[in-house]
Amino acid sequence: MHPFTFTKASDTREALNAGRRGRYIAGGTTLVDLMRETVERPETLVDISGLPLRDVTVTKGGGLRIGALVTMSDAAAHSKVRSLFPVVSEALELSASAQLRNMATIGGNIMQRTRCTYFRDVTANCNKREPGSGCAAREGFNRTHAILGTSESCVATHPSDVAVAFAALEAQVHLLGPGGERTVPFGDFLLRPGSTPNHEQALTRGELITAVELPALPRPLKSGYLKVRDRQSYEFALTSAAVALHISGGVIRDAKVAAGGVGTVPWKLPAVEKHLIGQRPSESLWAAAAEKATEGARPLKHNRFKVDLLERTVERQLRTVGDNT
Amino acid sequence: MSTELPESESSPPTEESAPTRRTFVATTTAVGGVVIAGGVFGGSILSKPEAAAASAAPSSRVTLTVNGRKHTVTVDNRTSLLDLLREHLDLTGSKKGCNAGACGACTVLVDGRRVNSCLTLAVRLDGAEVTTIEGLGDGDRLHPLQQAFIDEDAFQCGYCTPGQIMSGVGCIEEGHAGSKDEIREWMSGNICRCGCYPKIVRAVEQTARRK
Repeated sequence: MHPFTFTKASDTREALNAGRRGRYIAGGTTLVDLMRETVERPETLVDISGLPLRDVTVTKGGGLRIGALVTMSDAAAHSKVRSLFPVVSEALELSASAQLRNMATIGGNIMQRTRCTYFRDVTANCNKREPGSGCAAREGFNRTHAILGTSESCVATHPSDVAVAFAALEAQVHLLGPGGERTVPFGDFLLRPGSTPNHEQALTRGELITAVELPALPRPLKSGYLKVRDRQSYEFALTSAAVALHISGGVIRDAKVAAGGVGTVPWKLPAVEKHLIGQRPSESLWAAAAEKATEGARPLKHNRFKVDLLERTVERQLRTVGDNT
Repeated sequence: MSTELPESESSPPTEESAPTRRTFVATTTAVGGVVIAGGVFGGSILSKPEAAAASAAPSSRVTLTVNGRKHTVTVDNRTSLLDLLREHLDLTGSKKGCNAGACGACTVLVDGRRVNSCLTLAVRLDGAEVTTIEGLGDGDRLHPLQQAFIDEDAFQCGYCTPGQIMSGVGCIEEGHAGSKDEIREWMSGNICRCGCYPKIVRAVEQTARRK
């Protein structure tokens, strides 16, 4: 690990000041790990754990605002998160381990970096880590890599589960920077790699995530998260699906669907949603809608299986959520 | 060593006259000719450029409570809680398995919550209360979960055991020890390469029931 200076911010103004030159650290579960691998080499760490960003509040109309420093475990256990957005608590509790969820925060979770082994290996070529060095994963062992949203430069997946739920629900990310506050739709917050895979979030220097807001959605709303992986627990997704459905009078009035483990960013599935809205739940509907999930998929040498797996994951989760409504 | 020794408020533990496994390993390492010029940081022996940088490496003063004893220490900012415990406070119960948050062998309680001490920077723990396996029992009386591990024979090599027990304490405290399936899921952050899972789950389940 490279040496770094350390400062703890006692309020947001102090944090923003220090953040101009330093890196924010909240839970630290990704950052410390990557610093030890020398993938991350910040010269200054700014500890933001003392900032007042730990509240979960219900917004007007029944949305939820989750403070950036709420831990994954606290967010998952929160009664309002559980009752209003089960897909969020399920995604959180299927992530990482109990220990890591006690440390990691909501803001840090959406900032976490890819688990691509070539990114983590400083001896390998990686455009995300060393722009212009090439992508070892393209021709390497790429079983766990992305099939959607890839570019010549990068095929790494975004590893978060809860970010898939946020993408599905069309969350908003609240930011605070030297220039003031702003809000970014979650779908614009995480960036596809394109030719600059080193740029991962729509953040300007020194900007701080203050909260993630889940919108008020028409009720009743049923939602849930399905994660498929190589072992039953404590593993990243091969594929996953976040589904939220508003069904009334026997008709699907609103559908929010996204997939994880398959995209360079959490993969929103508007074609699936469109296929569902206005229809009555049925076995054939789930199957036909899920077929749309793989549109545009470009599998690599070792991850062709993800195309079928994605379709089945989405189909199963549509059925799980939709049949119980 | 550039890292200052801990300035413990209590008297340091007395040295045993017979070599412990730990002092034995340390001695043989030195005899083996490894020159630890720059000192040990993050548990790894530094390469020359890193050692040079380390001589000027920023450090910070931290006061924290470990197993009820207050310590004020000056640590290189890079020091993990795990290394602080093992290398500075001589609390070697917490184990270094992967040093990457993937195995759970380093699990301790910080302010009552189970965390991976390998991914926790000591510099961030000013004012924190840490409980390690050494502080779990009450004097000579074992914690019920420690006793249950013995009763159930819930280990073979024992390397993961302190982490399993600390995690189990957290799991029970959080209320996630209601069934074998629930325990398996909520203990999944602790890997046991000997494969003692059925007995570990039983030990946690029985202790939760008796609570």
